[in-house]
Amino acid sequence: MEILGLQIPFYSMDTVMGSVIGGVFLGAVYALVALGLTLIYGVLHIINFAHGALLMLSMYAVYFAWYYWGVDPYVAMLFIVPGGFVFGYGLQRGVIGKTSHGKDEIILLVTLGISIVIENLALFFFSADERSVQVPYDLDGIDLGVTYVVYPEIFALVGSLLFTLLLWIFMSRTDTGKAIRCVAKERQGARLVGINVEHIFAVTFGLGTALVAAAASLLAPTYSVHPQSGYLFVLIAFTVVVLGGMGSFVGALVGGFLIGITEQLGRLYLGESLGLITISVIFILILLFRPTGLFGQKSS
Amino acid sequence: MIQTKQYIGWIALIAAFVAMPLFISSGRWIEFIELTLFAAVMGQGWNILGGYGGQYSFGHALFFGTGAYIQALLQFKFGISPWIAMWFAVGGGVLVGVFVGYLSFRYGLRGSYFALITLAFAEAFHVLARSFISVTEGGRGVQLTLNRDPDQALSTFQFTFSGPFLQSYGYYYSILALLLIAFGVTWWMERTRFGAQLVAVRENEDAAQALGIDAFRTKMGAICLSAAITSSAGIYYVQKFLFIDPGIAYGPAKSIEALFAPIIGGLGTVLGPLVGAFFIQGLGEITKEGISLIWGSQPGVDLILFGMILIMVLGFAPKGIVGLIEAAWRKVTSDRKGGDNA
Amino acid sequence: MLDVSGLSKSFGGLKAVSDATVTVNEGEIVSLIGPNGAGKTTLFAMISGFLQADEGTVTLNNQDITGWRPFKICRLGLVRTFQVVQPFANLSVRENIAVGAHTRLRRRAAALAKAGEVADIVGMGGMLDTSAGSLTVAGRKRLELARALATEPKLLLLDEVMAGLNATEIDEIIGVVQDIRSSGVTIMLIEHVMQAVMSLSDRTYVLNNGVIIAGGTPQEVTRSPEVIEAYLGHGAAKRIAAMEEKNAGGDHA
Repeated sequence: MEILGLQIPFYSMDTVMGSVIGGVFLGAVYALVALGLTLIYGVLHIINFAHGALLMLSMYAVYFAWYYWGVDPYVAMLFIVPGGFVFGYGLQRGVIGKTSHGKDEIILLVTLGISIVIENLALFFFSADERSVQVPYDLDGIDLGVTYVVYPEIFALVGSLLFTLLLWIFMSRTDTGKAIRCVAKERQGARLVGINVEHIFAVTFGLGTALVAAAASLLAPTYSVHPQSGYLFVLIAFTVVVLGGMGSFVGALVGGFLIGITEQLGRLYLGESLGLITISVIFILILLFRPTGLFGQKSS
Repeated sequence: MIQTKQYIGWIALIAAFVAMPLFISSGRWIEFIELTLFAAVMGQGWNILGGYGGQYSFGHALFFGTGAYIQALLQFKFGISPWIAMWFAVGGGVLVGVFVGYLSFRYGLRGSYFALITLAFAEAFHVLARSFISVTEGGRGVQLTLNRDPDQALSTFQFTFSGPFLQSYGYYYSILALLLIAFGVTWWMERTRFGAQLVAVRENEDAAQALGIDAFRTKMGAICLSAAITSSAGIYYVQKFLFIDPGIAYGPAKSIEALFAPIIGGLGTVLGPLVGAFFIQGLGEITKEGISLIWGSQPGVDLILFGMILIMVLGFAPKGIVGLIEAAWRKVTSDRKGGDNA
Repeated sequence: MLDVSGLSKSFGGLKAVSDATVTVNEGEIVSLIGPNGAGKTTLFAMISGFLQADEGTVTLNNQDITGWRPFKICRLGLVRTFQVVQPFANLSVRENIAVGAHTRLRRRAAALAKAGEVADIVGMGGMLDTSAGSLTVAGRKRLELARALATEPKLLLLDEVMAGLNATEIDEIIGVVQDIRSSGVTIMLIEHVMQAVMSLSDRTYVLNNGVIIAGGTPQEVTRSPEVIEAYLGHGAAKRIAAMEEKNAGGDHA
């Protein structure tokens, strides 16, 4: 059928289901990438523009671990995740915290600056070539009838659910987690009860980076990496965070799934090229009409 | 008396740029200054919305790209003269500005949210430009025919094959003209009621509203002016390079380029974008030369430096180079007056 | 000049202002007092267009301005200042005031000139080129006042313009406010500084828990039992009356 001059093809239920399922698995990955961003925003109220670049950096780390030492990407998580934490901690404590004076737009620009530096350093050191990790099991999977799901995708889904759960447990059960929630709610009050707020900020940023490093490990078998990879994920991650509600982990999960499904369906019906516009459109619509997202708290 | 000194300063600066070709014959230098002036025009466009208006846009490529595409497509598809097409290019850019501005400001988007939505719009247009092949030629881009007839140089607004003077300096004077218009408009705006109200909205939107300023209308005015100037840069780009594609038009590169110069040079000042552009382009050239001596040509090396400078300026010199110069000037004059300058 | 009738505003379950009715006549200075959190600033915000009232009307010189946007209300002649001062920090004092002047004046030169005049009225004539961000609290309050004055208001809403000032500064501002009234501007002010309230106001309204509990001359209002109880707690009025009786019955100097 035709809408607005565009040929909308008719697809069988099977094909559509296949797309939806593909979208769920894709969405799980988006959710994991967005989880770190949600945490950082929820606590620091920073829109971390460097998030995509950090993902890209982590993916390169996974790639090189595989390339030079034959480390399996999932195993690489063991050292990439802590490494990410340290890097993120240092970035917040050493750079962002020192230059942003707490002002919203400045932080956005500073993280933009960081992303530019990281991306172009990657370009300089690693060149623009696409690199892919090849694992022996990346084509094995499960046949669901309407579509075929490969193991890496399944691991990614499990991984994202697992990390969301871990994060939730951490935030509600551990002392640091409680301190983080405390700082998120009431910065000055937290200071008054003796919490080192700068340290907590850095810990939060470190956690967010660690999560994105975990996402990188889970993405590596399926996605190639190049210096611009981060930029592509940034907009998607932002859309997920805004859709789910800034600061809500459940929201990030749900948002991720919704975006994944919408993107797949968009690609199916509008074509590979135009389908990508669904993300921008959703982002714009949410910002205009429901900026607190589906699950977000209305903060003043 | 100070006023007269300022005017003399401005006139001297303009005269220097106009007369520059008389003193510089190296094509390489002229090329360098052209690129710098281009960056300055883009930067001034951003500066009006971001520096004076306080609304930071992360998607200014929107206006550049629209201006460039309209300029290119009207010539490519309909054979319209570039001198006529340019009015539509600017008009188109302003329309996009009205569209984005209306949605963003009507729904009260400020600060980071505004930055993100401009980014989203730029990306959306990027995808649209790639997809609607029948309109935009898609990923292949629009390639304008090179004019080889010197007699047609002016009418086709192409100076590669033209008389000796135009061949060397035609593009230089084109971008200089755009710069003078852009900077002239900005200088004039600073001295109008609109300019004062725009700055008030930037400083404190609520207080501005309490003082009778229609913040929505003011911001709309700013985004239209900003769009007009930025899309005019798109016109120059198309005439000079005779090619435009979705990535160049709406990709992140131009959006980022648009904000470097004014932030580093000095937000909310007339000269900021020019100073910033020279500083960045100059440093960029030096860096690229230096790096290429050891590692050969490496794209993006200059951006590493720009990113770091951006961060440092934001953190430690938020008023940019112009701000630093002004502060130094004040210190010098107050020292001269015996240190007592309340 | 100003007729506020039945104005109400709730935030979630909390009724911040309940059925407020206030009148301000031309040339008066009317004050609005009450304990902290009584809803005074909320009332101001509704009158000046920064908050939409749930119920009620606001009329300025027989023009219904209920629900109007702030800038429109300002252009009609009603201007407010803010409790938490909002200077244009990166601009000079002169430029700050000029923004206000531009409400009525188109040309930059005229606005800047007017800024100088208004600055003199509030006593900031010597600081015209100082950056607003570097002013003291007292200076910022004066600047806020000057900016509002520059818009040539008919009715000026001053929100705690004396807060944070020392005794000398308070005296000065009281003088300035009286001068402003003499020049033909009607004034309504929220104030905690009782000295200012008593010496400036022709009439006073008392707001407690969102409800107007008293209205009249400052002397009448401060003797009203309900007002005393609002500030000092339940039963205070009786205790004070008892004390006064005791003092009157005893020593009579």
